[in-house]
Amino acid sequence: MQVIKTGIAGTMESSDILITVNPNKDDGIKIELTSSVSKQFGKQIVKVITECAQKLEVKDAHIIALDKGALDCVIKARVETALYRAANSTEYVWEGK
Amino acid sequence: MEDRLRRTMMFVPGNNPGMIKDAYIYNCDSIMFDLEDSVSITEKDAARALVYHALKTIDYGEKELVVRVNALDTPIGIADLEAMVRAEVDVIRLPKTETVEDIYFCDQEITRIEKTIGKEVGSTHMMAAIESAEGVLNAPAIAKGSKRLIGIALGAEDYVTNLKTNRSPEGIELLFARSMILQAARSAGIAALDTVYSDVNNEEGFKAEVRLIKQLGFDGKSIINPRQIAPVIEIYTPTQKEIDKSLAIMEAIKEANAKGSGVIALNGKMIDRPIVLRAERVIALAKAARVLE
Repeated sequence: MQVIKTGIAGTMESSDILITVNPNKDDGIKIELTSSVSKQFGKQIVKVITECAQKLEVKDAHIIALDKGALDCVIKARVETALYRAANSTEYVWEGK
Repeated sequence: MEDRLRRTMMFVPGNNPGMIKDAYIYNCDSIMFDLEDSVSITEKDAARALVYHALKTIDYGEKELVVRVNALDTPIGIADLEAMVRAEVDVIRLPKTETVEDIYFCDQEITRIEKTIGKEVGSTHMMAAIESAEGVLNAPAIAKGSKRLIGIALGAEDYVTNLKTNRSPEGIELLFARSMILQAARSAGIAALDTVYSDVNNEEGFKAEVRLIKQLGFDGKSIINPRQIAPVIEIYTPTQKEIDKSLAIMEAIKEANAKGSGVIALNGKMIDRPIVLRAERVIALAKAARVLE
C-alpha cells in the first residue's frame, strides 16, 4: 500500500488517538508520538503503529500520533483507517476466522 | 433460536472509543454497536475498523454482541458485513427491513462470507429492525425469512414518520406495529424487541413504556443510555410471590415425574404446559436478575 496523500483518522477525545499520515518518499516509516502516557506506554504505542503499517505493506509514511489514552485496538483501527485514506484505497483486508 | 434473555439491548455508537471500551461494565444483556444512524457518512470506514478491532480484542463476557450494519443496497453496508462476520459478531442487525427479500439477501451475503473464510455456515445470527408501514405489514414473512434470525425489533422513529404522525407519551400510534411485530415473532419462535425511548431524562415515562411492552409480551427493549438498564431489569424481575409459585410448580412437576404420574396438580389446581412454560420463564428472569440462586 502506498501513501499518496494526507490521511487523518481519530479524534482528540479521551480514549481515542488522532492519527495523521503523510507521504514520506523513500524515507521509510517515521513516527512522531505525543501521549500523556508516553513514559509508560510510548514504546508499546509505537510498536502497534509500526505493526499496522507493516501489515498493510506500507514502506514509506510519516505518521503523527496524538494519543489520548487509546487501547491497542483503538490505535490499530485509527492507524489502519488513516492509512487506507492516505492510500485512497477501499480494498479493505479483514483477517478472517 | 438460541434461548437467552434479551431484556436490554444497549446501543453504542460505533465511532466512539470511550463508549466501546466501557460497554462491558454495564449490566445489559446485549450490546448493539451501531454503524448506521449514529455514524456520519464520512466516518463509516473509521467506525467499521473500530468496531471490528474492538470485537477481536475486548472481552465483553457473556453479553450478546450485535452490530447494526448499514443498508445492504449500498457498498458501505456490504463492507460492514464483510468485516463483522470476520470479527465473529454474534448477531448482524439489519436496518429498515421492508420485505422478506431483504432477509434472503442478507442471509445469502453472510453465507457467502462464512464460506469464504471457512466459518460454519449459519453460525452468524441475524435480527431485523422493522421501521416502516411496509415492514410492519410484512413482519410475519420477515420473521420466518431465515434460520439465522433470533429476533425482530421495532424502530419507532422512522416508523412514526412514515405513518405521518409522531411519538406520544402513551404510544398509541405504535400499538398496531408492536402487536404485529410481537405476533410475527411469536409465530416464528423468535424474540420481539421494542424500540428506544429517546427522552433519557423522563424516567417515569420510560418506566410506563417498559411496563406496557412487558405486558404486551416483548422480550425486552432497546436502550440508548446505561441509566435505562436498571429500570428495565427492575420491571422484568419477577416478584417473590411469582418466584415462590413458579418454584412450587417446578417442584410439583418433579414429584409427579418421579411417581410416574401423568396428571400434575398443585393446591388442587391442574398444572398444564402453558403454566410450566410461564414458570420456567419466571425462574429464568429471577436468576438473571440474581434474586434467585
